[in-house]
Amino acid sequence: MLDFVSSLFQPPNNWWVAYAALVGVLFLALQISAAVMVYFERKVAAWMQQRYGPWLVGPAGTLQPIADIVKLFFKEELQPKAADKLLFSLAPIISVATCFIAFAPVPFGATTTLFGWLDEPIALQVADVNVGVLVVFAIASLGVYGIVVAGWASNSKYSLLGGLRSSAQMISYELAYGMALATVVLLAGSMSFREIVDAQAGYFSYLALPTIPLPAFIPKWNVFAVFPFGLIAFLMFFTAGVAETNRAPFDFPEAEQELVAGYHTEYSSMRFAMFFMAEYINMVTVSAVAVNLFLGGWHGPFLPPEYGWIWFLIKLAVLLFIYLWLRWTLPRVRYDQLMSLGWKIMLPLATLNLLAVAAGVIAFGL
Amino acid sequence: MASELLLFYLFAAITVAGAVAVIAQRNPVYSVMAIVGSFCGLSGLYVLLEAPFVAVVQIIIYAGAILVLFLFTVMLLNASREDGAEWDRTHPYYRPGPTRVGGVLAVLLLGQLVWAVTKIGGAGVGDLQPAASSVRLLGRVLFTDYMFAFEVTSILIIAGMVGAVVLAGKKGN
Amino acid sequence: MVPITYYLVLSGILFAIGTAGVFLRKNVITLLLSVELMLNAVNLSFVAFGRQFGTVDGQIITFFVMTVAAAEAAVGLAIVIALFRHRESLSPEAFTNLKW
Repeated sequence: MLDFVSSLFQPPNNWWVAYAALVGVLFLALQISAAVMVYFERKVAAWMQQRYGPWLVGPAGTLQPIADIVKLFFKEELQPKAADKLLFSLAPIISVATCFIAFAPVPFGATTTLFGWLDEPIALQVADVNVGVLVVFAIASLGVYGIVVAGWASNSKYSLLGGLRSSAQMISYELAYGMALATVVLLAGSMSFREIVDAQAGYFSYLALPTIPLPAFIPKWNVFAVFPFGLIAFLMFFTAGVAETNRAPFDFPEAEQELVAGYHTEYSSMRFAMFFMAEYINMVTVSAVAVNLFLGGWHGPFLPPEYGWIWFLIKLAVLLFIYLWLRWTLPRVRYDQLMSLGWKIMLPLATLNLLAVAAGVIAFGL
Repeated sequence: MASELLLFYLFAAITVAGAVAVIAQRNPVYSVMAIVGSFCGLSGLYVLLEAPFVAVVQIIIYAGAILVLFLFTVMLLNASREDGAEWDRTHPYYRPGPTRVGGVLAVLLLGQLVWAVTKIGGAGVGDLQPAASSVRLLGRVLFTDYMFAFEVTSILIIAGMVGAVVLAGKKGN
Repeated sequence: MVPITYYLVLSGILFAIGTAGVFLRKNVITLLLSVELMLNAVNLSFVAFGRQFGTVDGQIITFFVMTVAAAEAAVGLAIVIALFRHRESLSPEAFTNLKW
């Protein structure tokens, strides 16, 4: 028995141990990230409004998320009498499950042997799929069912309105989102996250066109590629991502001033917590995808490749901060503004941008 | 090999169970959710057929767009139940006969299809070839051999868009 | 390798379920869903045959079928909404004014 256990930690068996640990750590990290994000959301909000934010529980309020979770655990699980029982319990499960699955193809570091512990290097990624970019897109688009079904099953007009808004919003912004993804796929010539990130290693030796030389200090990230079209694609992607995750200023499904709490009005206790967690994990996923596709993933100066995940986390934190920044400084747009932004501005602009990048790729073989 | 067969049965069971659930009850919201499950099973079958791009596109287009549109319509009309039994029975147009004949016809069709397929299989069409299916190859064939069909599709989409706007648009505008 | 007949039989089952749905259900939305099921049954056959012959043509035809399905769903649902405005009903038997 002891031999068996110790053999697990020797090559070649320890690869599987490392893989299992990787999956477990990622699963936990995503859940913890939701709690950490809640804390920072409140602190950043307080900072922007010149308040203190949570301060009572733990040093500087750092234990506040734990207090919140405990509170949610002990709340009563309410269910409206007229609710559709099956779908009412299914909706939060769909939300949470899809947001965890969506992270599976997203890599967060270079392949590593864990400092020589493993014979074969392991990829810091749950599943390396050759159409990974599309898989994230597909699974994330399934997440809308959680919200829509919650809105319908609650049998409440506020929930229903939230669900309706969510479905219309998701369909509208998926198009611009997809166009921005296509731009990156075009630049990298691949749909695998790992290949896209590895194509962004190193520095540009030219700016915008191969004919304008430049000393090598701009990292070869897609956000700087075919300047300014890569940047436009990134902004499109991020804006559409904010809309897809239903965050302010596009938080129509739960617009609290008009819809009480939108699709989760009737939810309480752990079911509410699941929606809450799904929202934050979706933010992390969209940001991680943006980091991989546009900001060079784990590539960056100063650090050796084994520590690339530190760069990844830094970039991720910056994007997540921008999410919070947007929420606490921008007012919610009007619903018709949201729709016309999606259909009349973002979609045509993203399509033209895609054409421009395609022209650049053909003309210069970038 | 055995595991592939096992996965086939798993995905096939999901697909068929979802499809049956679509038509076996009266609530359209349940129908839409069941067909989402069914299409996820189909997507798994496409992965088994080494067509990962089709599998993902199946989820994105069907589950992510078309069926959300269905769900949106069901919720918009707030017609949660199929028009109930009382409407059916009292309405002068209510005729139980045709629907039952239709059910029998569907079963006959199934028998016929299965019979035809097993006949082909008996003729030794046999095993599947290893697939040539990279996304690159798909794109190349789509934009060369099928260029005309692709362009015609865009006209179809435009026609569909205009039709939808005209039909569902507000009256009096 | 799973033999192609398995996929074809499955496709036949799906198609038959779709047909049965068109005949049995009295809800325009479920009818449209049944039609989607039939289209997908055909898609499965196309991909399986494409795999059998080692070409990508089957998969490409699948894309065209999906496009048609998307257009059909958009127009079909628009018609459903327009009909619902007139009759407050989703039963196809409520829309028999032109039947003599």
